[in-house]
Parts: sequence; structure tokens; C-alpha cells
Amino acid sequence: MKNNKTTWIIGAVALLVLPLMLQFFGNAWVRIADLALLYVMLALGLNIVVGYAGLLDLGYVAFYAVGAYLFGLMASPHLAENFAAFAAMFPNGLHTSLWLVIPVAALLAAFFGAMLGAPTLKLRGDYLAIVTLGFGEIIRIFLNNLDQPVNLTNGPKGVGQIDSVKIFGLDLGKRLELFGFDINSVTLYYYLFLVLVVISIIICYRLQDSRVGRAWMAIREDEIAAKAMGINTRNLKLMAFAMGASFGGVSGAMFGAFQGFVSPESFSLMESVMIVAMVVLGGIGHIPGVILGAVLLSALPEVLRYVAGPLQAMTDGRLDSAILRQLLIALAMIIVMLLRPRGLWPAPDHGKSLTQKI
Amino acid sequence: MDILLQQIINGLVLGSMYALIALGYTMVYGIIQLINFAHGEVLMIGALTSWSCIGMMQGAMPGAPGWVILLLATIIACIVAAALNFVIEKVAYRPLRSSPRLAPLITAIGMSILLQTLAMIIWKPNYKPYPTLLPSAPFELGGAYITPTQILILGVTAVALASLVYLVNYTNLGRAMRATAENPRVASLMGVKPDMVISATFIIGAILAAIAGIMYASNYGTAQHTMGFLPGLKAFTAAVFGGIGNLAGAVVGGILLGLIEAIGSGYIGTLTGGLLGSNYTDIFAFIVLIIILTLRPSGLLGERVADRA
Repeated sequence: MKNNKTTWIIGAVALLVLPLMLQFFGNAWVRIADLALLYVMLALGLNIVVGYAGLLDLGYVAFYAVGAYLFGLMASPHLAENFAAFAAMFPNGLHTSLWLVIPVAALLAAFFGAMLGAPTLKLRGDYLAIVTLGFGEIIRIFLNNLDQPVNLTNGPKGVGQIDSVKIFGLDLGKRLELFGFDINSVTLYYYLFLVLVVISIIICYRLQDSRVGRAWMAIREDEIAAKAMGINTRNLKLMAFAMGASFGGVSGAMFGAFQGFVSPESFSLMESVMIVAMVVLGGIGHIPGVILGAVLLSALPEVLRYVAGPLQAMTDGRLDSAILRQLLIALAMIIVMLLRPRGLWPAPDHGKSLTQKI
Repeated sequence: MDILLQQIINGLVLGSMYALIALGYTMVYGIIQLINFAHGEVLMIGALTSWSCIGMMQGAMPGAPGWVILLLATIIACIVAAALNFVIEKVAYRPLRSSPRLAPLITAIGMSILLQTLAMIIWKPNYKPYPTLLPSAPFELGGAYITPTQILILGVTAVALASLVYLVNYTNLGRAMRATAENPRVASLMGVKPDMVISATFIIGAILAAIAGIMYASNYGTAQHTMGFLPGLKAFTAAVFGGIGNLAGAVVGGILLGLIEAIGSGYIGTLTGGLLGSNYTDIFAFIVLIIILTLRPSGLLGERVADRA
């Protein structure tokens, strides 16, 4: 027990010090850590849908987009510039505070999650996968085209000039000087994201052991049996979609604030696929595994960018960093699955649905 | 009225290409229940290979007629695509046949990214103009126009479908395929080798995809390393639409999807009073899919498979 406690403390200190160390090597490294944290949150959210309830969702990035655009509209001059009525109502612009953004993003994404869930309740497995995929694409097509007749999303150009996050008067967009020590803006975001991730992890663990979590797992293992035992499968599936989506919405809003710019390009199908890959690669339904998968797949490729320079010179420009990155992600996905089909860090006591032969 | 006829022709051409690709999805799904995400990339490799072949052959034999070059390039592309799909199945899917369901799905996605990246390295990322090898003067048909390429597409699809139906229903290989789809274990007790049947399925699917890819490229006049993604996605939608695992379903789903898309994008402007334009074309496939699956979860012609998924 004591040993366990020291590991926890060492881990926590390491996580707190990490960005300060990375800062020395340049902000780019801290940015990678920030994005990795956002992906951890996304993967944890998707894990609720896929890992707990067993509903394969290939359109998860839609909720990320909903959150990002929500914050984009609520905290940028875009609405005021395009709608006269809006400009009259809020002459100083709508600079929404973090305390409002997070719950609203979670609620709105949850609403979209339930909307996606409602027509798909009868579907399962691959049929569900393709419908969710279609839903994700529909959202992306709308984001891409809603610049006319009413300019809501600014189309492919995206929404820019999004405010940075402010908490208790502290602007995370500016560097902070503390005891003569510089803390960069990206590092401040790191701490915000870390707090959100920790909260997400706690929620996930509590959900897993709750009645709801047990019911989800019962549905995952055998839906008909679960129904026979009196579980309301319809409501619980909707709830899984909504809960998972709300994680996506919050991380989307954070992504919007962090980047200061959102465009449909960030929410392609590939992104959804990457998040599914994170969950499956790490170990589906197992929280530490999911976190590992998310960190590996989001951070590793960025780190590999730095190796790409010499390789590019060697192959006279054909193999640049972006291509190399894709190549390595693809190879990692294939090789890891071939060697460890249940994920890198699988849950020790997983049910039969994942060991079932096809 | 002329627009309607034109859109129906366009829809049929588009739909027959979807149908060819969808057949590859549905055959693979029928036998090993895998969404072969890399199928669209096989199409792309087929199209790009044929593009390279055409370039080389036009240089090597300048006087040759267009259809000879196109035929030779198609044959080579089919062989390359078939070999590729055979290897993919052996390397990425076969070792995972007894693994959790999601594992082969992830390797399939990985394979799709890998093939796109390799194609980008080999062929460079720019758009390639696909040569028109057939006469390009369109025929008039009651106020609408149809090009020789489009007629060829309809013809090739019909021939490919007829041969596939013959293959599945009247040959030993077809019987073995149906038996394996039903139950691989029992089939193997009856002397069928499931591994060989699955390889054969992948090869046939790749040939159909390569043909579809070449038709797609010649119809639109360009080829590029990302060209396989959207047709692949829509063909899969078509397969699900018709009832995945069902060959006739894939064809019906493909053609219906093509028609809906063409007619929808032709009329969406007038229907919504200019509110939505033809840039929403891609949305139809998915909306139709959601509606159909909500009303009939096993697809149009699918059987009710209660617990398979």
C-alpha cells in the first residue's frame, strides 16, 4: 500500500514538472504534450461508448467538432461580424467564460450524441459503425458549407481570432512570470488540460464501477440477456452515447481555445479513425491502456517529425516528415495489432465479447 | 425533363461503379465478416498503375489504338491489384482471424493509410490527368448526352456482374465460397479449403475494384492517391444499403445510391430554393443510409441476422 502511494506521488510530480522541463527544449514540445492530453480525453470518452457499452462509433470526431465550433462562436468576433442583431445585443462581443463553456460544450455534445444514438438503437456492430461514420461526415459537410446563405461556420476558411481561456483573471494565452521564472502560455494550458484529464479519469473509474457501468458491460456482453434481466437497453445506450460525446465536446472546446482557430479540416474521418485506433491499440475498455494508446499515437508521430529531416535529405525530398509520420502510424497500427490483438495493455478481466472468434 | 434524363444516366454510370466496388466489400464481409477498409485503396492503386502503364505504352508503341492500350493497362492493373490484395489478406487479416473483432478492423485501417502513403511516395501527391483513350464525342439520347466511356462503363459492369453471378452460382469455387460463408468449419469437413477460398475472394474483389478504379479515373479524367477514399466509403454504404453479404444487394444498393446522388445533386438547389447547393452532394449517401437502416436494419435485401454483429 505504501509502495503504491509513493508511485502515485512520483507520477503526479513527474506530470506536474514535465512541461517545465519540456519548456526548455522549446514550446513545440509542450504543445505536443498538450495535444496528447486532449487526445487522452477524447479516447477516454470514446472508450465509454466502445469499451464499456460495446457500440462501435466511427463518427466520434463530430462531437469534438461541436465543442470546438461552440467555443469558436462563443468567443470570437465571428458572430458579431456577420449578424447585425448579434452585434447590437453584445456590443463588446461575446467572451464566454470557461465556467460556462465547459458545461455548455458537454451538454450540447451530449445532445448531439443522443441524437445520433436515437435512430441507431436497433443497429449493432458494423451497421452501427457505418451509420456513425456517416453522421460524422454529415456534420463535417455542414461545417464546410454553412457559410451561405447564413455565414455560421465561415465554411472551409474556419473561425479564427478565438479568445484564449481565462480563469480567475489569469489569461492562459499570455506568459506568466512567477518568482522570476517564466511559464509559457502552452504550459499554462497543459495544467488546465491535466486537471480536465484527471477529472475525466476519475469520472471514468466511477462510471465503470457504478450500476450504469455494469449495465453497459452487460449490454456489451449479451444484449438480449441484459434486456431479459430488466436492463433498459434503450436508455442506457443513449446514455453511453451522450456521456461519451460530452467528453468529446469538452475537449473540442479546449482545442478551439488552445488553437485560437477551428476549421473543418481538423475534423476529418481520419481523426475519428485515429481515436478508435487509440482506444483499440491501447486496450479497449481498460482505462490505463486507453491512456497509453492515446499518448503513443498522438505524441510519437510528432516526436518522429524530428527524425524525418535526415531521411528526407537521403531520399531527395520524397519522404518528408508528414509522409514519414503517416507511414509510421500505419505500420504501428498493423504491427501492434498483429503482435497483440487485444491491445498493448488489455484489461485483465475482459468479458467474452472481445475474445470471441469471428 | 432533359435534366432528369441526364441525371438518370449519370446516376446509372456512377451507380454501376459503386456496385462493382461494393461487390468486393460484400463478398469479403459475407465470408469473414470484416469491413475491408483498404478496399478503396486497392481501387486507387489499380487506377494509378493503369495510368503509369498507359504512359509507358503510349511511349513504347505510339501508333497503337486507344482501346488496345486501355485493355492492356487494365489487365496489368488487375494483376497488380489482385496480387496486392492477396498479400494484404495474408499479412494483415489472416493472422488475426481468431482474434477479437476489432483487431482486423484496425489493421485494415492501418493498411488503408499505409497504401495511401506508399502511393503518395511512388506517384507523388499531385493530380494526374487521366488520358482519354476512347472517342470523346457524346451520343445524344432524347435530349441527354452519354459518352462512349460511360457506355463502356455500363457494359463492363453488366459483363462483370454476369460473370460473377455465374461464378458464385454455378462453379465449384462459387459453391465453396457460399459454403465457407455459411460455416467455414463444416465447409472444411466437406473438403473445401477455407484459406484458399478467402484468398480467391480477395483476388476477385481486387479485380473488380481495379476495373472500377480505371473507369472512375477515365470518367472524371483525373487520378490521385486519395481518389479511393470517397468511392470506397460510398461503395461500402451501398453494400450496407443493399444488405451486406448479399451480392444482388450490393448491385441494387450501388445503383440506387448512384441514382439518388445524381438526381439529388441535380435538384437540391431548386428543391431548397437555393438554400443548399450541389456542394452537399456527398451528404445524400449518408442520409439515405441512416434512413434505410433505421427502417430496415439489415439493408434492403439483407436477411435478418439476429446476432451476427
